[in-house]
Parts: sequence; C-alpha cells; structure tokens
Amino acid sequence: MRMRTAIANTGAYLLLVALGFTMSLPLLWMFSTSLKDPNAVGLYTPRWIPTRPEMVVVGGKEYRAGVLNERGRRTTVAIVAARLGRVVIIDPRGRKRAVPQSLVVPKEALHFEWSNYAHAWKALRVERGFLGLLRNADGFLVFYLNSMLVTILVTAGQLVTCSLAAFAFARLRFRARDALFLAYLATLMVPAVVTMIPLFAMMRVARLTDTYWALILPGLFSAYGTFLLRQFFMTVPTELEDAARIDGAGPFSIYWRIIMPLSKPALATLGTFVFLHTWNEFLWPLIVIDDLGKKTLPIGLAHFQGPYLTEWHLLMAASVIVMFPVLIVFVIGQRYFVRGIALSGLKA
Amino acid sequence: MSALGERRARRGEAPRRGSEGRAAFLFLLPNAAGFLALTFFPVLAAFALSLTRWQITGTPSYVGVTNFAAILGFHREGHRLAASDPEFWRYLYNTVFLMAGIPIGMVLSLLLALLLNQRLKGVVFFRTLFFLPQVCSAVAVALLWKWILEPDVGLLNSGLRSFGIANAPAWLLSTQWAKPAFIMMALWMTVGGYNCVLYLAGLQGIPAELYEAADIDGAGAWRKLRHITWPMLSPTTFFILVISLIAGFQGGFIAAFMMTDGGPAGATTTLMFYIYQRAFRWFEMGYASALAVILFLLVFGLTLINWHAGKRVVHYQ
Repeated sequence: MRMRTAIANTGAYLLLVALGFTMSLPLLWMFSTSLKDPNAVGLYTPRWIPTRPEMVVVGGKEYRAGVLNERGRRTTVAIVAARLGRVVIIDPRGRKRAVPQSLVVPKEALHFEWSNYAHAWKALRVERGFLGLLRNADGFLVFYLNSMLVTILVTAGQLVTCSLAAFAFARLRFRARDALFLAYLATLMVPAVVTMIPLFAMMRVARLTDTYWALILPGLFSAYGTFLLRQFFMTVPTELEDAARIDGAGPFSIYWRIIMPLSKPALATLGTFVFLHTWNEFLWPLIVIDDLGKKTLPIGLAHFQGPYLTEWHLLMAASVIVMFPVLIVFVIGQRYFVRGIALSGLKA
Repeated sequence: MSALGERRARRGEAPRRGSEGRAAFLFLLPNAAGFLALTFFPVLAAFALSLTRWQITGTPSYVGVTNFAAILGFHREGHRLAASDPEFWRYLYNTVFLMAGIPIGMVLSLLLALLLNQRLKGVVFFRTLFFLPQVCSAVAVALLWKWILEPDVGLLNSGLRSFGIANAPAWLLSTQWAKPAFIMMALWMTVGGYNCVLYLAGLQGIPAELYEAADIDGAGAWRKLRHITWPMLSPTTFFILVISLIAGFQGGFIAAFMMTDGGPAGATTTLMFYIYQRAFRWFEMGYASALAVILFLLVFGLTLINWHAGKRVVHYQ
C-alpha cells in the first residue's frame, strides 16, 4: 500500500512538473525575448537563451568570432569574410587563410540586453502627463503613475461607499429598502457593455471625457461590491452591536468600531478584486481617454504597439513592465487571494 | 435558537429609533447616488437609445424599433431570404464558436484540480504557477500570444516545424485558424485560474466519509470519480458554466483589438468588438445600443434557461 502511494505520488509530481513547465513556456518566452539583442529576435530557429555574436579583436580590428573544427581540433578564430562556401579566417597564430564554410561555426555569447527595458520605458515621450505634473516624461513612467492613482482611488472609494451602503442594507430599516436592493441586484445581471454607451454620452455632456474623473467616477460605486459586503455583514452576529447600542453607540460607531473590524477578510477580498480589475481595465479607459498623458498601463501598452509593431524585443519588454507588479502582488498575496475566490465564488 | 433566528425575531420588534431612516439615507447617499446616476440610469438610457438614431453629435432622433429590425430582420433577395445585417449573424457565430473553449477548459480545470488536490508537498507552488496567467494583464498576454503565433518565426510554428510539421497554419492570418488560436490562448489563460480554484474548493468540501464508505464497498478510483466526485461537484460545475457563458457572450474584445483588429475578414470579430466598432469607430450610437440590448437579452435568456435546467441536473447535498 505504501509502495503504491509512493509510486502514485511520484507520478503526480512528474505530471505536475511537466504541466507546469509547459504552462510556463509562454511566459519564459516573453522574458527571453525581452532580453534579446534585436538581431537575435525572429530567427528561423528560435533560441531560448538570449545570445549575441561574440567578437574578437585581432590587430586592432574587431571580427566575428568562430570555432574552427579542423582534424578534430577546435580553435577559436576570427572570421574576416565569407564567400562561395569558403570562409576567410585568421587563426590563433595570426595566419590568414580560407577554409570550407562547413568547418567554421560562428560563436555566440550569452548576453542579456537589459537596455531593452530602458528603451521601451523611454520610447514614448509624454509632453504633459500625470495630472499635468510631469513634462516631457518617459511614457511608461506616466502610465504607471496614472494606473496607480486611478487604481488606489477607485479601490479605496469602492471600499468606503460599498461598505457604508452594505451596512445600511444589512442593519438599518428604512423605506423602500427592499426595492432599492432589488434594483442593485437587477443591475448585476446587466453586461457592462450595456451601460458603456450611455455612460460615455453622459461623460461627454458633462465635458469629463479625457479627464481623470472619467476614469475614477464610474468605479467608485458598485452594485457588486455592495452586494458582496452586505452578504458578509449579514453573517456577523449581532450580540456585540446590541451591547454597544445599550452603551449608547449610534449607527456610525457600530459600523466603524464593530462591523468594519470584524469584516476584514471580506474587505480584503473585495479590495483585491477591485484592485486587479481596475489595474487591468481596458475597454472603458480606451474609449474615454485620448490624451497620452492620462493613459493607464493597459491602454498605454496598446498605444505602444502602434509604432513598434514588429519590434518584439521591445514589445515583450513593455509587456513584462506592465505585468510585473501584478505578478509580484499576486505571488505575495496568493494564499489570501485564492481563499477569497473559494469563499465567495466570485470573479474579478 | 440559531443566531439568524434570533436576529429575525428582533427585526420584528418596533423600530429602535426614529432616526434610523435618516442614518440610512446618509449611509446610502454616496453609493446610491453614484449607483443611480452611473449604473441604473445608464441601463434605462441604453434601452431608450436603442430606439434612436444618433451620431453622437446633435440630439438622438426617435426611430422606434428600426435598429432592431435592421439587426435581426431578413429581406427577400431574388428567390431567397437574406439577413439585413449579415455581419451581426456572422459575429454571433464567431462569439458562439469561441465559447467552444468553455467545456474544454472546464474539463481541463477539473482534471488539474484533481491533481492539485493530492496531498503533496509543494503543491501550493504549482497552484500559484498555474494561476499566474489569470492575473496577467490581458493586453500583455494578447501581445505575447501574437508573437508566439507569428506564422514564420513564432514559437509555436517553430516548435511544430521541429516536430516535422512543415505547413503549419498561419494562425491569426488565417480565417480558418484564427478562432482556434484564440481558444488556445484563452485555455492557457484560464485553465489553472478561477475555475480550477473553484473546483479545488468544491473538492475540499466533499466529506471524506463518502470515500471511506466507497472504499469499504471496494469501489475503484473511476467509480469514486463517477459516483461521488462528479455528482458532488455538480453545483460548482453549474456555477462555472453559467458564469463562463455570461462572460463568453461578452468576450473576445481585447484579443480582437490587440491581435487581429477583428480580422482576417471579420473572422475574429465578436459581438463585443462589433458593438465597439459601431459605437466608437462609426459613431452609430443608436445602432450600437440596440446591439448591446440584444446582447443583454441573449445573456439574460440564457441565464434563465440555465437556472431552469440547473434545478433538474444539479445535485445539492
């Protein structure tokens, strides 16, 4: 029995490693491409390890290095020229001679082109960006700051407004409570694309298109967050509140001193989902923002694709720049994040 | 009496204080004002706009159900019926075609969850690894796959060449293979993601006694999977299916925008991308609103059918 478990476990591990490796290939490929010398991108036989041609200096001049395989001996030589199936080389003794091309393999050296990142980071110039505070700034710096500003404000705002409303729905009695809650619930079913056009029209009428308001305002309230928190608040036992009420606590102090501290897991779950959703949001920023200085990372990256359509090393470097912070946040907080999904059965 | 019961009993009492209505108003004000103005009103406005012709400038003019007739209607062309907006049907077909990835993805997610549910050391590492693509920015993922799917020097076709497949598909440049390529990318993104975690949670919720009882009866692994795991997971499966179908009808925008611009020849244009094109490239706001309303009704209808069917199929403990 023990033997069988051991075999089964080994099999499961092998399967996990094989699957994990296969799943990682695209991300590894992105990373590999982002570190390649431009000449090493788009080879007919792709290489995983970034390299570039190795050079040697002979007599003050720089040549491509190659390995000469002659009578079983391998020596490093300088390649001067190649023509008609023969290569002119300078061997280690300084003799210049021509040998058959099949004997010489050009040498490649491991090389990480980290400057791709700097290049991508600076490739777009923004005349005025990030609340107009930065002038003639690096494109991705501006996109980063914009994304952070919008995401932090939306996440914080939604936690505040949704928890306040959820408290009212869960704990207070007032006229038309059920009707209003039903209206909230009903809109959960409505695809975001339905509200998109009227919302865009409203922003235009209010002259808010191409402003940070257009990015932030619609995100500050959500039927979804209210619903989620209300469900959680309903499960908080009322005993503590009753005691506080006897001591003369009003609704706000019950909300702030009792319900909120007891609801940290639900707030953290909602916060994580809102953060990720807002950080990765694409369609809405795409239609309301035109000014490069106000673009967030996803639409900044989309814009970047235009002028650098086939420069894959730069596109991949920019993609890593966009993905990296979220991946780090996720790896650090994954335990919590995964538990959040499992508990609430919700998606961003 | 349970805590819930006690609370219900207390609710039945007379109001605690007269000021509760005012407090509730203040609590609700920020969220409800935003909700009514920026969610509820726009939903109503979308229905209203769908009955108009409006080129964003000027005022919308009421045209009744003209837009709906133009989208859904048929007219006689010689001896046969032709759709008034053949593109709509084509893009609806594309959208549904791409949803073929949903059942495949669900099966793979379940298999992965079964594997990840083994008590193995370091399994958290693998769970994190498989989940990673799901949190990656979809825009960056689209760019990455555009590069991988490049017909001549892309990673995929290079790999296929090294396995001796010389005439590999041109993927995004082929009307035939662009949709399968999209499905492949979506599977990579989602198989280890939310659905897998939901299945894992479902698996961990199955009481161990059921398996112990089956062991005593001498049931093998397959029979346990067939008669315990699968029925016990049916609420999870149902939930994932419903959510995925809703998302599927609204899917494909980022991939189409970043990778193909809906092409080649409209092969990857989904309903979402079509709505975007009509509204924000051609500024036909009324027509686009009507499309959005139709999308909503499709999603709504499908969800209703699902709930109805779900009652019979899903096994709740």
